[in-house]
This record gives sequence, structure tokens and C-alpha cells, in this order.
Amino acid sequence: MRNAAETIGRNTLAGIAELGLAAVLLLESLGWIFTGARRRQPVRFSAVLAQCMDIGLRALPIVTVLSFAIGAMVAIQGIHTLSIFGAESQVTLGIALSITREFAPLITGILVAGRSGSALAARLGTMKINEEISALTVIGINPVRYLVAPSLLAMVLMVPLLTWYSDMVALLGAGIYVSLDLGMSFTAYLGELRLYLDNHDILHGIGKSVLFGMLITLVGVVNGLGVTGGAEGVGRMTTRSVVHAISAIVITDMVFTFLMTR
Amino acid sequence: MSAVIEVQNLVARYGEHTVLKCIDLQVQAGEIMVIMGGSGSGKSTLLRHLLGLQTPHSGHVRLLGEDINAIPAQRLVELRRKMGVAFQGGALFSSMSVGENVMLPLREHARLDESTMQIMMRLKLDIVNLAGCENLMPAQLSGGMIKRAAMARAIIMDPRLLFLDEPSAGLDPVVAASLDELILKLRDATGMSLVVVTHELESAFKIADRIAVLDHGDILVCGSVAEVRASPSERVQALLNRRIQPLELNPEEYLKRLTGGPVSGGAIA
Repeated sequence: MRNAAETIGRNTLAGIAELGLAAVLLLESLGWIFTGARRRQPVRFSAVLAQCMDIGLRALPIVTVLSFAIGAMVAIQGIHTLSIFGAESQVTLGIALSITREFAPLITGILVAGRSGSALAARLGTMKINEEISALTVIGINPVRYLVAPSLLAMVLMVPLLTWYSDMVALLGAGIYVSLDLGMSFTAYLGELRLYLDNHDILHGIGKSVLFGMLITLVGVVNGLGVTGGAEGVGRMTTRSVVHAISAIVITDMVFTFLMTR
Repeated sequence: MSAVIEVQNLVARYGEHTVLKCIDLQVQAGEIMVIMGGSGSGKSTLLRHLLGLQTPHSGHVRLLGEDINAIPAQRLVELRRKMGVAFQGGALFSSMSVGENVMLPLREHARLDESTMQIMMRLKLDIVNLAGCENLMPAQLSGGMIKRAAMARAIIMDPRLLFLDEPSAGLDPVVAASLDELILKLRDATGMSLVVVTHELESAFKIADRIAVLDHGDILVCGSVAEVRASPSERVQALLNRRIQPLELNPEEYLKRLTGGPVSGGAIA
């Protein structure tokens, strides 16, 4: 009994310590991004660009495929459900709102967490066990400025852009299915989208995705820096970072949606 | 001569466990100080404290007259520009070529044009006998080459203090001997002060001006090679002559350790 209580206590403390570390890393990264140049230690544009390539551009093919499939899936389900009431023609409203407000940001967030969040954790973890992070420190290069800040900046830029792209592809996928199944012309579908969709809906999804980008970076970095015990440790923390990042995304999504729809 | 590294009453702890017990140590300008000791003697911990990678439980570490745990971050960065470090495993950045690795401190700290940095990088690679290897990736290098590339990166800023962690560990005798030569040559050419952590006796005797022998977090002896060789301390002699320290065994303790719990009559029977 005492052991169980001790374990719970210790895990709670470790969890709080990780949250604290994430908050410190976020503030420190923002500090470097905004004041690094003045301190003659700027966050390198080339490092941000390299991360943008990795997080954004290289994710385009998989985002395209999955977003198209999700769009078509929403259309199929929507038509199937609405046919119960004989209201298939109203499907566009459901598609437009669910994709831009929920599906596109979620699928993009989960994809980036799996692709780039885990890669970040693995990279930092390997660097830590190879003493590369200590080497950076003794060279006089702050690891947060050199490793964390570029990833954070790239993630906060690229996840919203990918989400916007995912919006477009998913709406296209849905539109193609709708026009085939209901015999509605694609132009009419686009017209309905313009009628139903508000900037507010798109921004709701994009706003969430900014938060997701931050969460993915921080979870990846905290787990990467927490690696101990060689290659096995790197594997364990990489897996942990994906699970944590996806959980954080889904829970944040719920809270964000709750607050923004009141 | 003045001390460029001063360690005063340094105590280091991991939780309840004391790793360094009140260490005092001074390194003079232009001196090669070798820190020797067996595994678990605290020499790596001492090095991490000298580099400011860990904060001491109590005591002071002064490099070039500045207390590294008391000065502001910006001053510490400036101080680090005057230090070079080669880690045991090299700690080369695996995503960069050897040349990029060696140039990294220059890129971050000096405002030089690309071609000047390239020339300086090739010069340093030449010094460590790695001329022409700048485009290789760290994964393509052998163990000895990695250590030498790490040394090239450590000396690229022409540091006043150079720290080397196990420079010849795990290398074949010829490569190890050439690294020792290189260390002596570097000191003679630049007048820098070196702290070398090693457990290779032969290499230590060859390069050291002074040797500090560390054991269980204490400095047993600190002096010239002759003084260390003549030390009356049994532990030092055991280390020098590769004698195994007889462990004082308590049969009951031993049984307890083997059985992983309190000894009962049945377990002995």
C-alpha cells in the first residue's frame, strides 16, 4: 500500500517536473527567437528553413493522401446518415464544418506528431547520449537556441500551413464523392461551400493547429532530453513522445473547441 | 606562473551519494595536468564540474580567474570561447561533415568569411593528421579519427584551456602514442594549459607535468610524475602496478548480497 502511494507520488512529481520543463523551454525558446539577434546569438534562419522543409514540405505527400481519404470518408458517412432523413442534399454543410473545424487540424496534428515529433525526440535523445548536447554547451552554443527554437518556430509555421492545405484537399476529396454520388455539379458544391463556410471556421481550425505545433515540439523535446540508458532509452522515449503528443493534441482540441463554441 | 584553473573545496553529490569530497586542485598556465583514477573514482564528475556542465554542491571552480558558477551567462559564453573540449566519444554532430563540425565554433562565435573559416578548418585538420577528411561524415571515421577530429574542433578557436576526456582510450597503441605526441606538440606550440582525464598509465606518464590521482572522490596524491611514482600510498601503488585491491569481505554481508535479502539459517544450509 505504502509502495503504491509512493509510486503515485513520485510519478506525479515527475509529471509536474516535465510540465515545468516544457514551460521553461517554451519561454526560453521565445526569448531566443525575439531577443537572440540583440544578444548576438540569433536563431539561425537556415536551421529554421531546414526544419520547415522536414516538417512541412516532406509531409505533403502523406498529408495529401490522408486528407483526401478523410474528406471522402466524411462525405460517404454524411450522405449515408442523412439519407435516413432523405436530406442528402444538405451534406455539404456537415462536410464544410467538420473538415475545417476538426478533421483537417486533427489529422495534420497527428501526422506531424508521428513524423516530426518523434524524429525530434529521437534526434535530441541520440544527441544527449552521445554527449553532443554537452558539446554544444561547452562550445558556448545554447542548446535551446540551437536545437529547440528553430524546431518550435518551424512547427508553429508549418502545422497551420499544412492544416490549411489539408482543408483544401479534404474538401476536394469530399466534393468529388458528393458530385459523383449525388449527381451535383462540382461548381454547385463549391458554391455551397462558399455559402456555408465562414473565415471564422477556417481560423478556428488553423488557430488550434498553432497550439498543436507547440505541443508536438515541447513534448518531443522534453522526451528527447529525458532519454537515459542508450539506444533502448531513445526508442522508449520516442514512442512515449508520439503517444503523449497525440494525447495532448486530442485533449487540447476538446478544451479549445469547448471554450471557442460557448 | 599563475593558476588558470582553481578548484576550491569542491563537493559533488548525486542525491545522498557524495561523489567528490572536498577537492582542491590548481592548474598553472602552460601545464599539462593529468587526472587519473579507476572507474567510479569521480574523475568524469570532476571534469563535468570543471566544464560547468554540473553545478557543485559546494565549493568553487575558477577558470582564468572567473568563478564559472557565479558569472552571468553572457560572460560564461565568452569564457567558453577560450576553452576547448574533446569528449570521450568525440561528440561530433552526426548530421554534419567533419569540416562543418570543426568550423561550428567559428561560425557561431567569429565573424569571418567562409573561405577564411575553411582555411582555418583545414589547418587544424592538418595538425591532427586528418588532412583531406573534411567532407567525410562522422559515421565514416574510425575511432582514432573521431578522437582526432574532436580534438581539431576543440582547438579551432585557439583556446587557452583544453580539456581532453580519455583521449587514447580504446585506441591501438600506435594511434594512442601519436595522440600523446600531438598533445605535447600542441602545448609546446601554443602554450595552452591542458587537463587530460585518463586511466592509461603509459600515456599519463608520457604527457603529464603533474598528475592528480583520484580515488573514491578524494585526491590521493597530486604531483610530478616522479612524486606520484614515489607515493607511499598503497592505493596509488595498487593503481600504478595494476594490483587488485583486496576487498575486505564479511562473510555474512557477502551471503546477504548474494541471496538479495536477510540471511536465514536455511539459506546457508
